[in-house]
Amino acid sequence: MELIFKWEWLPQLGRGLLLTVELTAACISIGAVLGLLIAIARLYARGPIYWLASAYVQFFRGTPLLVQLFMVHFGLAGWGIRLTPLLSGIIAMGLNTAAYQAEYFRGAIQAVKRGQTMAALSLGMTRGQTIQHVIVPQALRLVLPAWSNELVYMLKYTSIVYLIGLPDLMGIGRTIASNNFRFFEIYAVVALIYLALVLIITFGLRLVEAAIRVPGLGTARQ
Amino acid sequence: MALLVVEDLHKRYGKEEVLRGVSFTLERGETKVIIGPSGTGKSTLLRCINRLTEPDRGRIWLNGEEITSRRTNIYKIRAQIGFVFQDFNLFTHLTALDNVRLGLIRVKRMPRREATERAMRELARVGLADKANAYPAQLSGGQQQRVSIARALAMDPKLILFDEPTSALDPELIGEVLQVMIELAEAGMTMLVVTHEMGFARSVADEIIFMEKGVIVEQGPPEVLFTNPKVPRTAEFLRKITEFYGESS
Amino acid sequence: MTASDWQGLLKGVPSLLGGLGINLQILLGLVTLGFLVGIVIALIQVYGPRPLATLAVGYEWFFRGVPEMVLLLLIYYGLRQFHVPITPFIAAVVALGLRSSAYQSQIFRGAIQAVGSRQMMAALSVGMTRLQAIRHVILPQALRLSIPPWSNEFSSVLKDTTLASAIGVIEVFKRARFIIGRQYGLALPAFMLVALFFLVLTYMGNWILGALERRYRIPGFEAKGTGERF
Ligand SMILES: Nc1ncnc2c1ncn2[C@@H]1O[C@H](COP(=O)(O)OP(=O)(O)OP(=O)(O)O)[C@@H](O)[C@H]1O
Ligand SMILES: [Mg+2]
Repeated sequence: MELIFKWEWLPQLGRGLLLTVELTAACISIGAVLGLLIAIARLYARGPIYWLASAYVQFFRGTPLLVQLFMVHFGLAGWGIRLTPLLSGIIAMGLNTAAYQAEYFRGAIQAVKRGQTMAALSLGMTRGQTIQHVIVPQALRLVLPAWSNELVYMLKYTSIVYLIGLPDLMGIGRTIASNNFRFFEIYAVVALIYLALVLIITFGLRLVEAAIRVPGLGTARQ
Repeated sequence: MALLVVEDLHKRYGKEEVLRGVSFTLERGETKVIIGPSGTGKSTLLRCINRLTEPDRGRIWLNGEEITSRRTNIYKIRAQIGFVFQDFNLFTHLTALDNVRLGLIRVKRMPRREATERAMRELARVGLADKANAYPAQLSGGQQQRVSIARALAMDPKLILFDEPTSALDPELIGEVLQVMIELAEAGMTMLVVTHEMGFARSVADEIIFMEKGVIVEQGPPEVLFTNPKVPRTAEFLRKITEFYGESS
Repeated sequence: MTASDWQGLLKGVPSLLGGLGINLQILLGLVTLGFLVGIVIALIQVYGPRPLATLAVGYEWFFRGVPEMVLLLLIYYGLRQFHVPITPFIAAVVALGLRSSAYQSQIFRGAIQAVGSRQMMAALSVGMTRLQAIRHVILPQALRLSIPPWSNEFSSVLKDTTLASAIGVIEVFKRARFIIGRQYGLALPAFMLVALFFLVLTYMGNWILGALERRYRIPGFEAKGTGERF
């Protein structure tokens, strides 16, 4: 058996990689903002807003991302709302990761001990000041490990967007592979590129974690 | 008028009536100790005084201003009332210095430098100037409680509420916290202290309030309560608690 | 949507349910594979000799770091390129199973370490061999601890079975796409229906695993799931 890999394929894959990174950054940011709002709704709201937020989380966590992606791209198109593949990808993945991030944020906010709020209020701080200076700084540190996992997860999961025609790393890899009938070589290289990216992100975030680490807050990683 | 006036305070949680008409006063510079069995509503009473818990009925005045009025800015009031918790509740993500500084900077809007100086003075007062940069998790329980007292003191409170400040501490660490409290009392701080430390109550308190089941059963100077209580239940409780906790301090 | 659209969708329901059966078969295969390999990897990581343990860590890193979609295509088309006669179904089970084994090994490793070396010492001190200790003392406890995080992994791989459609497995998502065909008006309701199927399966799975956890709960011996996807 003979392995063939042409160096000229690398720059093409590089362009795909760029799209993958952009897509990941876009959807994870949308997910962070939306997720925080949903977490706050699930924690502090009552009635319809609470139910809506809960149903949102249940739906997006309980159904396949692939189905969600196709709902946004082809489902909406069928009802007259045509989105570009890029927009569909960002929206679907952003909505999906928002549901997961909401749960991480909610868990972290709940993990901040009640006594911390009491102590802040007893100093005369308002609710807003308490949230800003006490709850959020602690919750962010607590959420970072789970959040790092989510980022890696989304990076990997963006690889499904080639199915709606986006030339991301996976998509470009697929095009090159089937044009040249070199599936194994291309997909192995694509796998290694994803792996390298995951390593970089993981270690980068661990550095961040270490930099903002405070003794007694949060759990040690294994 | 007394510094703190509490009048006919009521509070219920669901069916349970936790406070059933509590009234007392606290003069400037006075130290009163509240004792009573577990679940009697002592913590609830303290939390009602700075409205961390909303009382159902009754009125409270601090320095002539009604705390319980809707028009009162409760944040201003809370900044004038120190609160020391049983389990310290130091802000986990902040160093000792930042714990003491936070209220000064955010609530009192003090310039950073001034706040730092003030905070360092209070840390020195409780003997912890050298721990300014330690995080709570790096301090012993006794040290954490002293930092939390410094945090309360820094706000220049008119009054400090202590809710069993030594109950969560190992026996050998209780003394250092009591020592700080004794010095405060001697310096003329107004204090309302829930505690089981009978030695402290006896030697420092101007008056002792014995509470049970949401009401004040008896109050009076320690000499009277310890030697010649009017209500038999008081004598019984004091005997039990002294047996149980001893009179170490 | 017109009435005939709805009829088309309604007629497709049996086909969709049949497709869902394929998803469940993939699920069964991949979970079993992932479980067996995962336990072995975890045991090697904790108790294995140094070089082997390092290798096991590398294995876990690889399969956790590569997207499942890439693994699917790599294994299916990669093997086909070298004329290995692998079916899409088997490729899906293997690719998703190996990926899951890496996540499951992480779960089991954590649980084994949580059970701790004291239990091992206690077992050795009553005269058990290391293998007996693992089999009768460590694993029974570790598996109980693993149920909550394992439930997360379960609902995650359940949904991932739809990815098998990308290498040509005719499962429920693929069938939904067939039914939709060019009637794009059908797309949203059809995908909604598929989503609903998965919601129901997720609930059922969680319910069963929750019951399992309650059934095997030992007082003073609890672990909480974090709801994290790994
Ligand atoms: N937030 C709350 N919700 C419901 N019930 C409460 C709450 N806080 C206190 N209680 C109840 O009110 C009663 C009095 O509680 P409190 O903490 O004031 O008692 P305590 O005298 O401080 O007791 P201890 O000596 O144990 O600290 C208890 O029965 C308690 O269960
Ligand atoms: Mg109490």
